[in-house]
Amino acid sequence: MTDEQGPSSQGRDEPAASGDVADCEETVHRLYNFLDGELTEERRVAISSHLDGCGDCLEAVDFEAELRRVISDRCKDRVPEQLRNRIAEALHFEQSRGGS
Amino acid sequence: MSVGASQSEAKVAVVADQARFAEDAMGFMPSLYTAAMRMTRNPADAEDLVQETYLKAYRAYGRFEAGTNLKAWLYRILTNTYINGYRSRRRRPEETDVEDVEDLYLYRRAGAVAGGIGGRSAEDEVLERITDDEVKGAIESLPDAFRIAVLLADVEGFSYKEIAEITDVPIGTVMSRIHRGRRALQKALGEFGRQRGLVEAAP
Repeated sequence: MTDEQGPSSQGRDEPAASGDVADCEETVHRLYNFLDGELTEERRVAISSHLDGCGDCLEAVDFEAELRRVISDRCKDRVPEQLRNRIAEALHFEQSRGGS
Repeated sequence: MSVGASQSEAKVAVVADQARFAEDAMGFMPSLYTAAMRMTRNPADAEDLVQETYLKAYRAYGRFEAGTNLKAWLYRILTNTYINGYRSRRRRPEETDVEDVEDLYLYRRAGAVAGGIGGRSAEDEVLERITDDEVKGAIESLPDAFRIAVLLADVEGFSYKEIAEITDVPIGTVMSRIHRGRRALQKALGEFGRQRGLVEAAP
């Protein structure tokens, strides 16, 4: 995969017969799109159906979902009080100059 | 007389807008500051970047369309300000690409180390032990384009489409950056885990 894919190659609108079940390869390949909620309903259902019957893939998907939660929970910084004050003062100054 | 009246009405509208700005936008400061810290990688620049973002947003608030996504709009200003201003301050040129890392990189290596404590699996153990500093360090190890994409997706929870709008790149490029950036992030986290004997060494 390259960094310069065009919008036409999003890889999430490929036609497929309805009611089919994804295999392990497709599940791993589309795992991020699945977790991001960025699949067509048809592919989402195909992957969900696969996960219903494949413990190995389900474990991998759970791990990735949990990792996502870990990343967002453990990447927080406390806003320094002085910054809040600086911004409030700067906005107040802007306002006193007559805004826009 | 009527000119004066409409001018003062306009002034009232501006003041109302700005009062609303403070009410609406200030709540996003913790997440904007977190993003600014990961982007600039130092507190002094992060503070300046957030302040500049709020000033620009305040001045432009009249052009913000009520009812659209204020958080995404603020992130767009933050990202543009960072890319146009702060990036060029760097002393050394930065890598622009990440290496290709396989799918499920961390999962496969976490599972390979035996042990799990108290009934937990080895995989859960690895996730549990990842520290705040490791997550921040791993994100900061990514090159700009990948760092920003992963940050917006995984820390802030923006959709692919929103990230495409915030960063002004086609959605296919956004997807590619998020997916490749996440795999590179896993490798960086794996390296921390390996140093602590939690994750199997890379082959």
